[in-house]
Amino acid sequence: MSDFLFFIEVSLAGLGSGALLALTALAFVLIYKATRVVNLAVGEILMLGGYLFFAFAAGAGLSPWLALPLAVVGGGILGAVVERGIIRPMLGEAAISVFMVTVGLGSVLVGFTELIWGADPRSLPAFISTKPLFLGEAYVSRKIAVAFVVAAVVIGVFLMLFRFWRGGVALRATATDQAAAYSCGINVPGVFSIAWIIGCATAAGAGILLGAIGGISPTMGVFGLSALVVVIVGGLDSILGALVGGLALGLIQSWTSTYLGGEYTNVVTFGILIVALMIRPYGLFGTHEIERL
Amino acid sequence: MIIGTAKESYRADAALLTTRPQQVWTAILLAVLTTLPFVLNDYWLYLTCLLTINVIAATGLNILTGFTGQVSLGQAAFMAVGAYTVAWLEREAGTPFLLNLVLGGGVSAALGIVVGIPSLRVKGLYLAIATIAASFILHFVFVHWESVTGGNTGINVAPARFFGVELTTYFGLYWVIMPVTVLMVLGAANLFRTRIGRAFIAIRDRDISAEVLGIPLLKYKLMSFAIASFYAGVAGGLWAYFFRVVTPESFPFMASVFLLAAIIVGGMGTIIGGIVGAAFMTLTPELLRFVVEWLGPWVPNAATLLSPVRTIVFGALIIGFLVFEPQGLAEIIQRVRRFFRLWPFKT
Repeated sequence: MSDFLFFIEVSLAGLGSGALLALTALAFVLIYKATRVVNLAVGEILMLGGYLFFAFAAGAGLSPWLALPLAVVGGGILGAVVERGIIRPMLGEAAISVFMVTVGLGSVLVGFTELIWGADPRSLPAFISTKPLFLGEAYVSRKIAVAFVVAAVVIGVFLMLFRFWRGGVALRATATDQAAAYSCGINVPGVFSIAWIIGCATAAGAGILLGAIGGISPTMGVFGLSALVVVIVGGLDSILGALVGGLALGLIQSWTSTYLGGEYTNVVTFGILIVALMIRPYGLFGTHEIERL
Repeated sequence: MIIGTAKESYRADAALLTTRPQQVWTAILLAVLTTLPFVLNDYWLYLTCLLTINVIAATGLNILTGFTGQVSLGQAAFMAVGAYTVAWLEREAGTPFLLNLVLGGGVSAALGIVVGIPSLRVKGLYLAIATIAASFILHFVFVHWESVTGGNTGINVAPARFFGVELTTYFGLYWVIMPVTVLMVLGAANLFRTRIGRAFIAIRDRDISAEVLGIPLLKYKLMSFAIASFYAGVAGGLWAYFFRVVTPESFPFMASVFLLAAIIVGGMGTIIGGIVGAAFMTLTPELLRFVVEWLGPWVPNAATLLSPVRTIVFGALIIGFLVFEPQGLAEIIQRVRRFFRLWPFKT
């Protein structure tokens, strides 16, 4: 029976990290949906979010509850700058060129982070109480529970926005057909900017949650690769895919690292990716694009 | 447009070096390459060898990505396969090192075909991500297949022997690495004068059209993967003889990004692009080191700045070239050549 309880605990922890994966994946999907750019720098923006929070809360001595929105806004501003400065001039270039630009951007961000804050890992000031939480009999770390709830709320808000907010509908219209969206009077470049701002702000927020759980370091952008696996498996343009994929991958990673050993996490993650690509190249819930000459 | 070079036969038209200046410059280049090891000191010779190894790997990646259009972020993993094969052969079989190099390339090519299989169903970004996955899985194999790869400690490689002479100095190794590189680059240049190379280019330009024109995609895509991996394998083999130890961390994922960045900076789809790109990307971090050393007296703890500054410059180079000079250094070289061809008239 205790084995089963342990399994439940592992699964709950997995769901928690899965929620963070889903949140990060959402940032990917948002940006991809609007601008058709796979932004590999999401992982680094996530890292920067954690560091901004660290700078505001520990460096400037602000209250964590003030530092939190500031860091998220900082991520958004970065998104706006990147979109206007680098991505906009690349419009119409091959997808792979834009992809490589974001790889370069990630490298630049890592470099600046190391330059400013140093390469050593740091821990964020505690703003979530460490008191353990029990669901029934199963123990859950409170941080992970908070991360799960926040991620769930944010994702819920996003789903509502896409459904009911004017800007959300404009974003979906742009994703479906840019030319048609233009002729309906939608400000398509504006939508691009909004998508990048919201996407990067989301990533920064996810970075704060992730940093609160595991600390921050310049290499934590690797988390973005796991989120990339989520979006590829779930479908690059599917919010549902990001959700389901994120939770599933979180569970699977948690199970593998507990029952097989931590070093197997990467193999299983990328193994899933390859299998998914072979079976459904456009993702579980993605749109199957038909190619014409 | 080159003027004043009337060709009288198809042979002359398809030749590698079509004009007199090209032939002269190539001769000068070869002369420089043969005198280099006598002029350079050990440090620069070390850099030259490293650069040359990168040229092989980048040229291979250029065949796959620049000419065939299959983006791969796994080139460094194939280098690792070549390096491990060479190291294993050197330890277990003791076969002559040229054979080891070829076998290293061969094993790498065979694995390249396996990794290339997804390219039949997925392309573009998805393929790039599949190759990322493949390289992470290979990394896992290197760490855990301890009986062959030696796990995290890796394998020590005995020095290469050539007619009984042990090649331990950079001077000796140069005479192996440079001829191999010249041969491989020449092979790549010649490849695109054949049916295979032109099929690659057709696939890059529009794969569906290429298939309609009668180019079997399966065969040629896998062939491109095999050739690129062969280049990577040979480069990795030379790398193993050069550094004499192979560990799983020798070829990190960033090395694949480095190689892709090299051909982007150099110019995708041109042979010269792979060469100048690899040279540029290998030498830039070293130049930065000199800059940081030079700044030393004025900036406190300048040495600690080196690694982050390198990371920033690396990323900034990728972004800068893609935004401002998407054709890469090769295009700049073309522009300079065009200028002097018509000089003193404006182009």
